[in-house]
Amino acid sequence: MAFVEKKLPADAPVVDKALNWVDSRFPLTKLWNDQWGKYYAPKNFNFWYIFGSLAMLVLVIQIVTGIFLVMHYKPDATLAFASVEYIMRDVPWGWLVRYMHSTGASAFFIVVYLHMARAFMYGSYRKPRELIWLFGFAIFLCLMAEAFFGYLLPWGQMSYWGAQVIVNLFGAIPFIGPDLSLWIRGDYVVSDATLNRFFSFHVIAIPLVLLGLVVAHLIALHEVGSNNPDGIEIKENLDADGHPVDGIPSHPYYTFHDIFGVTVFLTLFSAVIFFAPEMGGYFLEYNNFIPADSLKTPPHIAPTWYFTPFYSILRATTSEFLFVVQGGIAAYVAFIYVRTKLPKTIKMAIAGIALVAIAGMMPGALDAKFWGVVLFGGSVVILAFLPWLDLSPVKSIRYRPDWHKLVYVIFAIAFVTLGYLGVQPPSPTGERISQVCAVIYYGFFLLMPWWSAAGAFKTVPKRVTFSAH
Amino acid sequence: MSNEKQVDSGRRGLLVATCAAGGVAGLATAGALVSTFQPSERAKAAGAPVEVDISALKPGEMTTVEWRGKPVWILKRTPEMLESLAKTEDKVADPTSKKPYTMDLPEYCDKQKRSRKEHPELLVTVGICSHLGCSPSSKFQPGPQASLPDDWQGGFLCPCHGSTFDLAGRVYKNKPAPQNLDVPRHMFLSDTKIIIGKDEKGEA
Repeated sequence: MAFVEKKLPADAPVVDKALNWVDSRFPLTKLWNDQWGKYYAPKNFNFWYIFGSLAMLVLVIQIVTGIFLVMHYKPDATLAFASVEYIMRDVPWGWLVRYMHSTGASAFFIVVYLHMARAFMYGSYRKPRELIWLFGFAIFLCLMAEAFFGYLLPWGQMSYWGAQVIVNLFGAIPFIGPDLSLWIRGDYVVSDATLNRFFSFHVIAIPLVLLGLVVAHLIALHEVGSNNPDGIEIKENLDADGHPVDGIPSHPYYTFHDIFGVTVFLTLFSAVIFFAPEMGGYFLEYNNFIPADSLKTPPHIAPTWYFTPFYSILRATTSEFLFVVQGGIAAYVAFIYVRTKLPKTIKMAIAGIALVAIAGMMPGALDAKFWGVVLFGGSVVILAFLPWLDLSPVKSIRYRPDWHKLVYVIFAIAFVTLGYLGVQPPSPTGERISQVCAVIYYGFFLLMPWWSAAGAFKTVPKRVTFSAH
Repeated sequence: MSNEKQVDSGRRGLLVATCAAGGVAGLATAGALVSTFQPSERAKAAGAPVEVDISALKPGEMTTVEWRGKPVWILKRTPEMLESLAKTEDKVADPTSKKPYTMDLPEYCDKQKRSRKEHPELLVTVGICSHLGCSPSSKFQPGPQASLPDDWQGGFLCPCHGSTFDLAGRVYKNKPAPQNLDVPRHMFLSDTKIIIGKDEKGEA
């Protein structure tokens, strides 16, 4: 097709002419309109719908502050700790940039956990938004990798021993494990080689992947359209112009709505940066102000708070607990046999896998350490299956049976309890409680195909619930 | 109205060959990049045996030295400490160290005391927990205390996941750590000097 440039009148403003020139060569206006300007979002968004925009904001904060930190930081085991203190004490405003970055890390997880909680409540992962959820899940994995790699860089005691523990998790994999952790570390212990490669992952490899995933997440979202607190597909009800009746263009409506949310967020964010950047040892752990010492583990080591729910599941997996897991698996398979209409071959396959797992958990077979890593990894990966586990006829919690709310509350309590116990030193009572919570955590997901479809559902209205304000 | 041209099988063959050659080169490059992750020659070379002077070590005291980047504990046990090992014998998961962590218990070491038979009081062990590689802390004081059972006999507690070890570095049953602490090959150069990473048979 021949190149055609739209002809503007000779007296058109120069800005219009410039835009026309660009639009003929690059779909600038089209991109803006598709992705935001004329993207029709449901008009009934509530408080929970601010966290996507905030996650974007925090991502920008992390990238910008990160760029400036790299200008002063030295990825060298003998210099790293001192270079961070140099940033804190000698670089003009360096402390602010560093605190923005370290607080940003925790803020990122707070925002993302709330963003995910929103998806849980309103069924935002349900068809046709499965890919949005999967891209989001991959973003969550990248964030965890970013946080983990980044935490080694200050080369404090927590950095060092945290990395030691996580890298050794891979050592629990049968046969290849020990070589794999050696390969990840690049040395027999966490050392300068490890620091350098983690630096490379933290500043370039993972951020590149992360940015690509964020783009994919947004393209997928703007393709199928946003969910809303009522879980109604607004595209099924269009007006004469072909726009959803219950939709409003993101610009200007959600532009200003989000700017308001951003100001509230930045107020809180600044308050933390200026008045409590360490957040009582939760955002920056006190032991990390001690330089890394390969001969001495600090008396109490725990990952940063955002990893602790999963970490608690790891810690809960003792050889005793494996008997419970074995019982659970056996009961689950029996349940599948009685309660599902799956083809016989699939049932047989499930039973086969379960049998192998149960045999592997027998005393003398694979040890509890390996299964701890499996349950730890599984507790994260299971999130990816959510779109296919939830069989509820309605998306939003608003139209589910009331007792479903209780299920979500129990799950949330178990998740928070696991998180709390993960920052506490190990104790026999804590171990028991975390085992109970681990069972609730897995039960919530594994039994979801049944409980999510059970009960009396309410009628979903045709139009979204909205009162003008 | 078909516009398809006849496939030139000679050219198609060359295309496949070019793709295959390109693929091989790509895989080889990826292999080189993956290999850079392995320990460097410098990292492999660092690992010489370490000599330690233990003349100042009093009974009940422990010193830590670095060997291959890892902490090695040298604990001079008191007679009471050695007696506690008989009491922990049936509470530990692997009393005779049949299932070693990264190195076999040297054959010159006693199974229960896990020290050289001629110097039973001196425990030499790598202070790295077999669970996830933290370094356990010393809890030599017997009796009830935080994070420990009431009939505690003295030993080590891993701060990361709560594994406990007796005073011979043997892991208690039902703990996350699957194996006992490693006992490196070591020997006495004199009554007050030991070497770690080397014994009568040569370097470990």
